[in-house]
Amino acid sequence: MTNASNDNHLFRPNSYIGRTVPRPNAKRLLNGRGNYTDDTKLPRMVHVAFLRSPYAHARINKIDKNQAIKAPGVVAVVDGHDIAEVCAPWVGVLAHLEGMKSAEQHALAIEKASWEGEPVVAIVASTRALAEDALELIKVEWDILPVVTDMEAALGEDAEIIHESLGDNLAWRRTMDAGDVGASFDHAAHIIEERYISNRHTGVCPESRSIVADFNSADDQMTIYQSTQAPHMMQSLFAKHIGLDTHKVRVICNDVGGAYGIKVHAYPDEFATVALSYMLGRPVKFVADRRESFLSDIHARDHRIDTRVAVTANGEITAFEIDDWTGVGPYSAYPRTSAMEALQVLNFTGGQYRNRNYKGRATVVYQNKTPMSQYRAVGHPIVTMITEGMVDDAARAIGMDPLEIRRRNLIADDAYPTTSASGLPFEKLSHQASLDKLEKMINYAELRKDQAAARERGVYRGIGIATFIEMTNPGVASYGVGGAPITAQDGATVRLDANGNTTVAIGVTEQGQGSETIVAQCVASALGITLDSIKVITGDTDVTPYGGGTWGSRGAGIAGEAAVQAGKALRENILEVAAIMLQTDADSLDICENNVINHRDGEVRMPLSEIGRICYFRPDTLPPDFQAELVATRHYVPRQYPFAFTNGVQGCYIEVDIETGLIAFKKYCVVEDCGRVINPQLVDEQIRGGVVQGIGGALFEECRYNDRGELLNGTMSNYLLPTMTDVPDIEVAHIETPTSESELGAKGAGEAGTGAAAAAIMNAINDALSPLGGKVTQQPFTPERILSAIGKI
Amino acid sequence: MKPAPFDYVKPASLEEALELRRRHGAESAILAGGQSLVPDFNQRLRSTETVIDINGLSALSSIEESQDMISLGAISRYREIETSALVAEHAPLLKMAIPEIGSPAIRNRGTIGGSVSMADPGAELPACLCALGANFELARAGSKRMIAAQNFFTGRYETALDNDEILTRIDVPKNRVGFRSAFHEIARRKTGYAMCGVAAHGKVTHQSVQNLKMVFFGTDDTPMLAVNTISVIEGCAINDVPPAELDAALSEDLHPSDDTHGSAKLRMHYAKVLTRRVLAQFVSAHGEE
Ligand SMILES: Cc1cc2nc3c(=O)[nH]c(=O)nc-3n(C[C@H](O)[C@H](O)[C@H](O)COP(=O)(O)OP(=O)(O)OC[C@H]3O[C@@H](n4cnc5c(N)ncnc54)[C@H](O)[C@@H]3O)c2cc1C
Repeated sequence: MTNASNDNHLFRPNSYIGRTVPRPNAKRLLNGRGNYTDDTKLPRMVHVAFLRSPYAHARINKIDKNQAIKAPGVVAVVDGHDIAEVCAPWVGVLAHLEGMKSAEQHALAIEKASWEGEPVVAIVASTRALAEDALELIKVEWDILPVVTDMEAALGEDAEIIHESLGDNLAWRRTMDAGDVGASFDHAAHIIEERYISNRHTGVCPESRSIVADFNSADDQMTIYQSTQAPHMMQSLFAKHIGLDTHKVRVICNDVGGAYGIKVHAYPDEFATVALSYMLGRPVKFVADRRESFLSDIHARDHRIDTRVAVTANGEITAFEIDDWTGVGPYSAYPRTSAMEALQVLNFTGGQYRNRNYKGRATVVYQNKTPMSQYRAVGHPIVTMITEGMVDDAARAIGMDPLEIRRRNLIADDAYPTTSASGLPFEKLSHQASLDKLEKMINYAELRKDQAAARERGVYRGIGIATFIEMTNPGVASYGVGGAPITAQDGATVRLDANGNTTVAIGVTEQGQGSETIVAQCVASALGITLDSIKVITGDTDVTPYGGGTWGSRGAGIAGEAAVQAGKALRENILEVAAIMLQTDADSLDICENNVINHRDGEVRMPLSEIGRICYFRPDTLPPDFQAELVATRHYVPRQYPFAFTNGVQGCYIEVDIETGLIAFKKYCVVEDCGRVINPQLVDEQIRGGVVQGIGGALFEECRYNDRGELLNGTMSNYLLPTMTDVPDIEVAHIETPTSESELGAKGAGEAGTGAAAAAIMNAINDALSPLGGKVTQQPFTPERILSAIGKI
Repeated sequence: MKPAPFDYVKPASLEEALELRRRHGAESAILAGGQSLVPDFNQRLRSTETVIDINGLSALSSIEESQDMISLGAISRYREIETSALVAEHAPLLKMAIPEIGSPAIRNRGTIGGSVSMADPGAELPACLCALGANFELARAGSKRMIAAQNFFTGRYETALDNDEILTRIDVPKNRVGFRSAFHEIARRKTGYAMCGVAAHGKVTHQSVQNLKMVFFGTDDTPMLAVNTISVIEGCAINDVPPAELDAALSEDLHPSDDTHGSAKLRMHYAKVLTRRVLAQFVSAHGEE
């Protein structure tokens, strides 16, 4: 692949690349004309509600469905045995996570339920309300079993074993040992040990998980409307487990109201909905309510990490060591597993630093809580919290400024290509430039003065810095090699119509972040047309090229490149026709603003509508041996690097009220480098939205369980999300280091905000508390934890 | 979730509403702003046979002044109270507290009658009305009674209201000369319930505070008048209330417990912090004169 060259259309003056343009779909959504899965209403459609286990671990002795089946409007009452006849179970492991084990999971629990909220019985009725009425008539006889809640106790001698077939509660364990950690600790001036805790939270989607399955037995066709991030993956999975050929399953994903990784998994209740439609031969709708979302959506980030860092007297970090524990619920999620967070913690910790000595262990255990798996910025918030926590620990131990210690230890901008101690390949990053930019942006020197003056008045303010790396543009190494039906490539089909307008069908999906806008910008720029002449189609497995969907910060970098290449290919096809019609050389022509022009002087030769008219209505006027092709498809997958790392740094200035433990943000800045910026506003929105989700995890969000494994705060009034009044203005700046693997040069930006926010906030709190001798290391950093760190309560 | 089935009636007069209440009693629920009732229904935490919607009863929505009190109809919205000139002049404590309730959308619908009938231990207005010595009018078909705010709240989400009654009016004594109000709360999020809050009202002079009512919420099952704390404060000069005695009195007065937002310890700590803020406000308020 070549990088930007002079005749590259992507980067000529009127290109859309690098420009903020409005989202074509914003008006529709703001007018209330969005089309979400729940807006799908089909003839003969029925609704399903699920009886979910009220216990975290209990044997199902008997299910009495007699009353429920007679209730008004009820169509079917189905239990785990019934559904198992049409929907095969699954096991959430991947081949490349060696040694990983998990138990068979069914769409509805059979024999026993293993978390509070696991679906046990499905009630199908003419309305959801009637299904819920009937649900109250089902009687289940339970035998309550001992529960496993604490992740470390899960491997204890006397721990209840959740799945006997597995022998113990260990899901997976991996270790890493690079360089010579032992020697580094032996010679270190200071060794700092700390335990960091990241508590469980979840991604709360404004639109809850929703699916309508419509099986037509006359042609054996299953049509599924689903709020999902990965239509083709879901197509494969539904086909496999219901026993249909893939081409008999069509997944349609219309508007999605937020997904954040929550909608990239296969859920038992969604499998059950599809199976019910297959059994009943009619459309079945399932829309999760808020309570069941809290109980059944993927949770994430429940980790305890013991860390050790070695530093020399002059501030050189010479070793990192971590021991990471995580409890992931009773089953590994399907098909991505529940081990990726731990894997990323193990692989990415310390990755922005030069240090070559790194030792780590990750332990993933089963427990009786809601399953955990990938949520926006998978593992990164933990990685960044512990890495940047350790670096601040080291700085404090030797009395060095936090910016200074980072400057000394970050991988230098001229050192690329290189690798991390754990072996991650880095093509090109910009840690030093980003740090310099942040220092100016946040006005670091002034803040230090303000902080000192405030302390004089008994006001405690702190600066927190967190550099980070972010994994984007994942290639086949993430899932494909492990055997999951998850494609890393994406495809785009671009078609010129008879009026000279263009339709683009692409494998990524739109979930509110503007993917369709980015794709339109890429095609418009590559092809030479205006944005208003493009329509982008996403989210339909019958229509779009095969693609991975939207996750792993891959939309712009991978689908964007496929769109560029498809646009270029169509341009060549069009210019070939134009050259024939104009009796000139294709090389002498170009396309600009929907016209074929002279390459040399820009003179307009013919509108694209004329190309469309001739090719479709008067092909007889073209030479007999020439066939025009006004459709082009291109696919793209990164091959050289397993993923494109990006980098950046977040900085914040906060004030801690030492009486209440509450935090006020005074400044929040982010510098990030996602390579080529296609649409600055959309990138900034991604960063800001990501930071807000990071603030949620840092200060508010926590799935709290009691020791019976019951979720204590599964409502929006008790599970605290940050609201507009809780978040600061977030200033965003960019460094652009394009990847040379693609022509577009874009890397991902979707997760950078989330990945480093908690670390920046933790470091700021600890900087503020340092004169009081207190320190917080457990997320969320609640008033309670802050006050007890400084001995106020 | 969807609510369990219920019948819905919207009476056109108070008499009709009271008659419905008499007929359906325990099998009925009054719908005011719906900001607590509807979420409870939707989560199936609660169900009823008949919902009696009182939003059409204009007689319950007025804010009026008489010689020594202002009367708030039970379905006066938070927003109406917050912006009422009468309230601002005669019961400023309510105006201080209301912006802390939920978000504007909730304040546009939620009613004062709903707030006190719900008797949420974390709610602002029950505490304010106790501090102000308000009286509630409870009506049933054919009769009415008055009850002091302090006696109305009987437990967590429990009140003296009978199944056949409707809360119709709240009478708040007008602010007397020299009396000051203070309101403070501490919440995890600006738009959520407080972990602990205090409403205070008393006669403030340059030496001391007298006739003090200091009522905490978020700490106990009901709004809690801090009697020991009050006597410590009233018993000495406003500028040197002894901190240790204050804290000891608070520990006697309040009985917080643990919940998902904070421990009992945290709430007690907050009560101490808030008490100091109230005193500081009284001192500076007096200084302004
Ligand atoms: C997101 C959110 C945040 C909130 N935050 C706060 C907060 O910070 N502080 C706070 O105090 N509240 C808060 N609330 C609750 C809100 O204030 C409610 O409006 C209030 O508790 C009930 O008032 P309502 O008029 O909506 O009553 P409804 O919900 O209609 O009724 C509440 C209860 O009172 C009964 N009832 C209502 N009126 C009468 C009457 N006249 N006579 C007899 N019984 C009656 C009903 O039958 C029901 O049992 C919040 C609510 C939400 C949804």
